[in-house]
Order: sequence, then structure tokens, then C-alpha cells
Amino acid sequence: MSEVKLPIFMDNHSTTRVDPRVLETMLPFFTEQFGNAASRNHVFGWTAEAAVEAARNQVASLIGGDGKEIVWTSGATESNNLAIKGAASFLRKQGNHIITVETEHKSVIDTCKRLQREGCEVTFLTPQKDGLVTPEMVTAAMTDKTVVVSIMLANNEIGVVQDVNAIGAAIKAKNPKTLFHIDGVQGAGKIPFNVNAAKADLVALSAHKMYGPKGVGALWVRRKPRVRIDPMIDGGGHERGMRSGTLAVPLIAGFGKAAALAKEEMAAEAIRLASLRERLHRGITARLPETYVNGSMERRLPGNLNISFAFVEGESLLMALKDVAVSSGSACTSASLEPSYVLRALGVGDELAHTSIRFGIGRFNTEAEIDYVIDLVVKSVDRLRQLSPLWEMHQDGIDINSIQWTPH
Amino acid sequence: MAYSDKVLDHYENPRNVGTFAKDEGEDVGTGLVGAPACGDVMRLQIKVKDGRIADAKFKTFGCGSAIASSSLATEMIKGMTLDQAAEIKNTQIVEELNLPPVKIHCSVLAEDAIKAAIEDYKKKHPR
Repeated sequence: MSEVKLPIFMDNHSTTRVDPRVLETMLPFFTEQFGNAASRNHVFGWTAEAAVEAARNQVASLIGGDGKEIVWTSGATESNNLAIKGAASFLRKQGNHIITVETEHKSVIDTCKRLQREGCEVTFLTPQKDGLVTPEMVTAAMTDKTVVVSIMLANNEIGVVQDVNAIGAAIKAKNPKTLFHIDGVQGAGKIPFNVNAAKADLVALSAHKMYGPKGVGALWVRRKPRVRIDPMIDGGGHERGMRSGTLAVPLIAGFGKAAALAKEEMAAEAIRLASLRERLHRGITARLPETYVNGSMERRLPGNLNISFAFVEGESLLMALKDVAVSSGSACTSASLEPSYVLRALGVGDELAHTSIRFGIGRFNTEAEIDYVIDLVVKSVDRLRQLSPLWEMHQDGIDINSIQWTPH
Repeated sequence: MAYSDKVLDHYENPRNVGTFAKDEGEDVGTGLVGAPACGDVMRLQIKVKDGRIADAKFKTFGCGSAIASSSLATEMIKGMTLDQAAEIKNTQIVEELNLPPVKIHCSVLAEDAIKAAIEDYKKKHPR
């Protein structure tokens, strides 16, 4: 483990490093080729437009769509907002009911909550213990007023992959007019996904989760049959009127390249990441008792491991792992004092939710880094358990649930 | 979030970690406060001789600031009379460790742990 360089980044669900090949693609659009893609009357504009159109095809191709169906945005938060608010607004005569899941990203949850305050009916489905929702759960919640169902492809905390193909088929069988929106941010480029196989109408994407730059995202909007949404940003009528504003040409060119690389290398990369993840998982669990993986292990992103280390509070463990960038579902890592709402929705008890760590393995992680992390995690958990009164009680055979605690 | 040097020092080199042996029970008072579901549990023990806290030990499940608060608390109360220890305020811990506002509850828990340990000892030794 000599060649490990610190700090180690193992938080690839939060963001990813820009691939050098992506950066190389972007650079000319900051300098010589700085034109506005909407300038129709000179070569600067034409060059920029050509780059944007090429990127459209690259991004659409990653998910089996057509380049004309891509609407560029500032990122996936905007894409999710535009998809759900735009559809709810356009379809308000058809109905006012939205279905989503408690474990969705905040940009979906909070969008739905706002619409709820504005008069929409929203159903938040509780997933199974493994984090998955079934097609039956979705169709059971559908009414003739349901205009949008929003379900993520893969979860950002626990990495579980929803069966969007089965869910999409069930939605359309029940009501072809109900739109199916997929937050594809964590899954696209990591696992096979096709908009037609999923019968999707809208798909949100982000560049910086797939080794592209921050600040650019996309909303894929189906053209056949045509899906219509109201815009949230009005102006020059860019992006078929759905999202006005001058396009971020360098970022878009980078997004295109990142998507093309992801498409090309996904199969091999998934195998490599899954094997690193297994090495990490086995390395930790072989040496530490009382660890629990959160979410389905079978339907999971190859680079994700979300694991609870019973009797060790998450933030104190993050402190010990200070040279390794990972994240925790513990309340103490945020200002909210509430543990992860995703783990809660799975029915993971608060006491275990406070002990969870999310590892996100990505393109640039190495086997040597995994081995370093295993050793550090094992050493740190052992040390913190020696400090933990709960671990001592557990060793003495005391059930911590039998104690009358005083919540504070 | 950045931790103060003092929090880091107590976290990395916690003072007085441990548990008193069961046969020392008569002289020992134990305070167990917090809840696993809230993400912090402190157990603080005092060993009393001639009305003074001769020794103290702790174990804490919680964030770095919680560990540091309880570690510091054991240092502070050693050598004090029970009445002196009962007067320790969480604000002294906040000041000593430079705790930020979101971590003040850690110091409150440490104060509660001291009081609970004293109470437990007094229950065993009614006047």
C-alpha cells in the first residue's frame, strides 16, 4: 500500500473528478471558439452550435434517445424542477396528482412538496426495506388524476437501482397519459439504461456525476409521442422554448464527451468498480462484526457501498477517516440533527442510521486505495468501539433496546 | 466542519476512557445519558473517596465533540467535591473546547452525565 496518495476521494456520488479527456474537449471553447451557439450569422456562432449539437447526440445516445430531445439546464436540480413543475403546470387540466418515493433526491422531494402547498396531491411511496419500489406499489397509488410519476433510476445514498423498465410498463398499461419522469443522475453512464425500454417521458441527467463538469445538466424530453411541459425560465426561446438562456458551450461540450466516454467504457468500468466494491465490502466485514449493508445488495450501483457500523457514531468515524473523503448518514454531519431520511424510509432504526457511512467508488480509485481504506476503517471502528458504552453493553449481552433512554 | 485543536486532541487522545470494575461498585456513581437514536450516549463514572472524586472514567458513543466533551468533563471533576462537580456548567465546556453552536448539545449532555453520576452515587449513600 505504498503508492497511495492522500487524501483519497471515495465520495463519487457527490461529484466526480473531470476526466482529463473531457477537460481537453472543453478547453478550446473557453478560448478560440468562444462563440454564442445562438449566433446564426458568423462562424463563431456556427462552431459553437456544431459543438452543442454534437453533444446533444452524445448525451442522448447514452440513454437511447434522440439528440433533438435534449434540453440543456444548469444541472439535475433544475432538470428535476423543470420536469415535475413543468409537467404539473402544463397538465393541470388533466389532473393534479403526483406520485414519487420518500427516498428521492431533495430536488424531487422539495419540488413535490412545493406543488403540494400549491394545491397538487402528492403521494410519497415508502419503499421496501431493500429500498426498492415495485410496479404494483406505483400503480396502486395511481388515480385518473395522476399526471406525473417521478422515480429515480439509482439512489444517491444507498445506490439501489429501481426496476424502471417494469415500473414504466406498469404505469403506461394503467394510464398512457400519465408521464413517467426518471431522475437518472446517479445511474446514467454507470448501468445500462434506455429511455424506450423504461417507457420514460422525461429523464434528468447531470454531467458532474459522470466525470464531466459541474454546472450543466440536461432534461431529456420525449418527442414521439410529444411530451409538453411549461418552461420555468422565459427569455429568448432557446431549447425549443423549454429553457431560455445562452448555452454554456464549454460545459455542454464537456458533458457530451463525458457521456460518450461513459457509453464506451461503461461495461468494463462497471466490472472493475463492482470488484473494487466487493473487495471493500469483504475486507471490512471479514474483520468487523456487527456491520450492516443498507439497501439491496443485488440491485445496486457497482461503485456504491452504504454500511452501518453498529455502536460507532458516523461523524466520529468520519473524523477518524480524515484522509478519506466519504460521507455519513448521521445527523451530526448536517445541521438538521435528523439522520438520513433515506435510511429512515427503509425502516433502518435511527440508532443504526447514525452509524452509516457511504462509500462511492469511482473511475479514478485504485485497488491500493481500497486496501488502505479497509485498514483505516477497521482500525478506526475498533478504536471507537473501545470508546463506546453501547459496544461494551453489547459485549456484556445487554440489549440496548431494553434500556429506558432519555431522548434529548 | 472544522474542529478546534482542543476537540481534536481529546478525540485523538481521550482521557480517562474505561469502566470501573464491578467490585468497586460501592464507591462508584454512574451516569448514563443520551439515546442511541439521537446519535449520542455518554456514560460517565465517578469514584468517590472521602467526599471527593478520586477518579473518573467515561465511554461515549457520539460525534467527536461529544467524545471531547465527556473526556474533558472527567478531567475537570477529578479532585473536586461532589458539590463542586455538581456546579459545573456546560458553558465552561463550550468555552474550553470552542464548540460551535450546533455542538452545544454535546456539552449539555456532559453536564447531565456529571449530575447523573453524582445522583447515582448519592442514591447508594443516603445521608
